[in-house]
Amino acid sequence: MSLFKARVFVHLRPSVLDPAGEATRSATKRLGIDGVIQLRIGKSIELEIEAANKEDARSKIELMSDRLLANPVIEDWTLEFKDEQKTLTN
Amino acid sequence: MNIGIIVFPGSNCDRDVRWATEGCLGISTSFLWHETTDLNGYDAIVIPGGFSYGDYLRCGAIARFAPVLNSLISFVDKGGKVLGICNGFQILTELGLLQGALTRNKNLHFICDRANLSIESTKSSWMKNYKKHDSISLPIAHGEGRYQCSQDVLKKLQDDDSVALRYADNPNGSIHDIAGITNKKGNVLGMMPHPERACDEALGNIDGKLILSTLLS
Repeated sequence: MSLFKARVFVHLRPSVLDPAGEATRSATKRLGIDGVIQLRIGKSIELEIEAANKEDARSKIELMSDRLLANPVIEDWTLEFKDEQKTLTN
Repeated sequence: MNIGIIVFPGSNCDRDVRWATEGCLGISTSFLWHETTDLNGYDAIVIPGGFSYGDYLRCGAIARFAPVLNSLISFVDKGGKVLGICNGFQILTELGLLQGALTRNKNLHFICDRANLSIESTKSSWMKNYKKHDSISLPIAHGEGRYQCSQDVLKKLQDDDSVALRYADNPNGSIHDIAGITNKKGNVLGMMPHPERACDEALGNIDGKLILSTLLS
């Protein structure tokens, strides 16, 4: 078994209004920064998972993302693995 | 007639529902802890409002995996009546028993108010005591009640006569003013407004009583 580190980024689908992102965008003007045309907020979920290999880890995370971490009705997600991984010994 | 109210860690309208069904309507009612899997002997199940499991991640996302909800799916398949109120509606969409999703209110506020509603369908077993386009007023109390679904799902809901309730004055930005929907068969109803808080004369509004009293007929 190896330990894999990954990050799942969950974000609202483009068609879904993000009022929290819009409120945050309006604060950028108050900060004195002009030109922010769009600001949308998502969630970053960091995972460490034990799996036989990277493909095994990927399929577990994909299942988790589809069924738990994101709601496919309103959200999309992307997955990225971090480089470091180590082999577990036991 | 026996009603079961599912109680999650974080549910907070469970006792209000029991007061409405047992105290106001005299229907035998019991609480069902979320780890229960036995729903035998119940005619209707209510999933009450609140913040199940803290509503971390998304409203209803963690509750969806509760043992009792596996049993609820077969209960629904067998024609059992299910009413999800507020957080209960959110859980039913996460579980896939109802279509669409509930998202953050458009104005970002937690809205605690009274909402005027129009009965849009009397198909559901919960709505059969009303006439189409009846107007009622019910309390609302939610931060994430903006109903969202794809255009395809919206069309399907309308074709199936599954839009149960609409807001007269949309408070949260829900698509097509939707406040409540049913499944295709009509035995599952999810709604953001709280009928259980409008069953007692002492509270000044009994518009919610007709929904729950369908259980008596």
